[in-house]
Amino acid sequence: MSWTQISCQYDGSYSGFLSCVFDCYVNREEPVEFHTPGDMCCSLYPLRAVATDEEHAMRVYRSFARFGGEGARLAVRTFLTCLPDRELWLWRFLRLAYDQGPKIGRNLTDPTVDRVRKAVWHLEHEAHMYKGFTRFSEFDGVLAGEIEPKNRVLPLLRPHFCSRYPQESFVLHDRTHHEALFHRPGLHGWTILPVEDFSLGQAGAEELDYRKLWRAFYDTIAIEGRYNPKCRMTHMPKRYWAMMTEFQKDWETALPEVRER
Amino acid sequence: MELLDKLNILADAAKYDAACTSSGLDRSGRPGTIGSTTLAGCCHSFSADGRCISLLKVLQTNFCVYDCQYCVNRRSNDVPRAAFTPEELCELTMGFYRRNYIEGLFLSSAVIRDPDYTTELMIKTLRILREERRFGGYIHAKAIPGADPRLTRRLGLLADRLSVNIELPSSASLALLAPDKKKEAILTPMGQISEGIAASRQELAVYRHAPRFAPAGQSTQMIVGATPESDRHILTLTQALYDRYQLKRVFYSAYMPVSPLVPVPEDYQPPLLREHRLYQADWLLRYYHFRAEEILDESQPDLDPRMDPKCCWALRHLEFFPVEVNRADYEALLRVPGLGVRSARRILRARRVGPLSFEGLKRLGVVLKRAQYFLTCSGRMMTGLRVSEDGLLRHLVSLEAPALAGPAPEQLSLFDSAV
Repeated sequence: MSWTQISCQYDGSYSGFLSCVFDCYVNREEPVEFHTPGDMCCSLYPLRAVATDEEHAMRVYRSFARFGGEGARLAVRTFLTCLPDRELWLWRFLRLAYDQGPKIGRNLTDPTVDRVRKAVWHLEHEAHMYKGFTRFSEFDGVLAGEIEPKNRVLPLLRPHFCSRYPQESFVLHDRTHHEALFHRPGLHGWTILPVEDFSLGQAGAEELDYRKLWRAFYDTIAIEGRYNPKCRMTHMPKRYWAMMTEFQKDWETALPEVRER
Repeated sequence: MELLDKLNILADAAKYDAACTSSGLDRSGRPGTIGSTTLAGCCHSFSADGRCISLLKVLQTNFCVYDCQYCVNRRSNDVPRAAFTPEELCELTMGFYRRNYIEGLFLSSAVIRDPDYTTELMIKTLRILREERRFGGYIHAKAIPGADPRLTRRLGLLADRLSVNIELPSSASLALLAPDKKKEAILTPMGQISEGIAASRQELAVYRHAPRFAPAGQSTQMIVGATPESDRHILTLTQALYDRYQLKRVFYSAYMPVSPLVPVPEDYQPPLLREHRLYQADWLLRYYHFRAEEILDESQPDLDPRMDPKCCWALRHLEFFPVEVNRADYEALLRVPGLGVRSARRILRARRVGPLSFEGLKRLGVVLKRAQYFLTCSGRMMTGLRVSEDGLLRHLVSLEAPALAGPAPEQLSLFDSAV
């Protein structure tokens, strides 16, 4: 007998989602849409509000071990992507994965696996780009940077930047998802927290000097005879430029102003 | 002199060095230090010419005693001269690194006074950076030909990658354009470095804390288009360098006219397409199990500018094709135009689950517009595909034509815009 179709409501967190998976399997229900309490929604399907249960979530999370390395990675990271209806795709992926086991990591031609794999690739690629394209500004000994990614890349950037600057205090703010990574020296001195309002004051004289030096270096290093703007845009799409020091001609604030939309 | 002016002069003098990679070494940061490196490297920006900016690429100084005709820093050239003190350069590197502008330092130098003195200056910079500032980021240093081997060794213990530029592809060209440099003088440090790396590997296998000598390997660079060597000559030389000295990379740099003594025609354009084709062939040598003799032979000494070298090879060896996707081994898959290392690996992984179709190949990310002519899926070619040998060549050439198009067409005007 097929499972009852329902509409799932959860709190928007990953544990919340995993609790939904747990409840759906227990009650033999098939979610056809997911939403959070804030969403404006009306649905023809019966609504089931799932309360987040850390223990259930942990059980589901541990069960990912049976998907093999690649499968488990997809199961965790899909939730961070900007794939439309990512919960639904992830649910379909999990159904398939419980069915197929470690084979799921190799089943690249399956439409669901393909969709999920490409979304995760996009996430990881974007995170890789931001490893290079993030710019920090020094602000009284604290480094502050801002990014505007499509996917939630902060959890992926965290190991990189924490390992790179173990002796620095820094903040990395994600404008799209309104969260920030905070780090201070010491073991496990990091956290990712939601942030409502993020702004810093004027940059100091030393900071402005370094920006000037960097812009000078950037302009000098290009060879005029090989000017190739298309190649540059292929490797570094223009959406990253807004936050990068080398393309700012005159801003003296610690970080560029928020653009009006 | 202001730091800004020095940076302008010394970055300008270093920009003709092609190598700006930060790859080949995975080292995570440790408490008390600053910096890490990643195996694949990391690009921090791209300059207006589309090249990656990964390292702070500067010269220690551009005062030079040599007079090489292909080089901007030659003694007879009238350019502003400057030199960084080791402290200044460390300050600059740390400031940039903390702000995540760069992945590390690329330190080269013109030869001031003599090779030994120059190397000592570079060693001093790197020593302060590594030992006093506890810098753990990437450092690429240029070994100066003619320096004492012990100094080069010291440099290699501080840097991650070393390189010696071979400059020109033959000793005859070297004698013509760089009279002060000898082929032997370039190859000797290269041999020394490659031996040093091999010895360091062995020591590391025995003692975990043995000093690491150039752990990210060595690379080199040569100028293409200034002298009349054929592509075949260049590729054979490249292969010999990979085989004999275990180089990680060979870089090519299209010759930019910087001296009046090397005559170039009025409308000279740097041979960028040739450089691009050489890089494609270089990739075939390093990742696709090709040999230089297979890519080019006596009857065909130059790469075809219209098509990539793998397509050219495939057209000359049609008896090798079609390749059956569901059975062929990894090496055979890599020979198919349109299949890269990634798609070949994905095919190996995906076909364990079930037979692959052309639809499935598309999902895997295989570029079928090229590969379709050379593949069968379960014994069948792609439906609706009809090819003759002649038509195949024309079709493959037309695929690349848009990317190679000349100046963009202009909108015709009704009115003559005579000035």
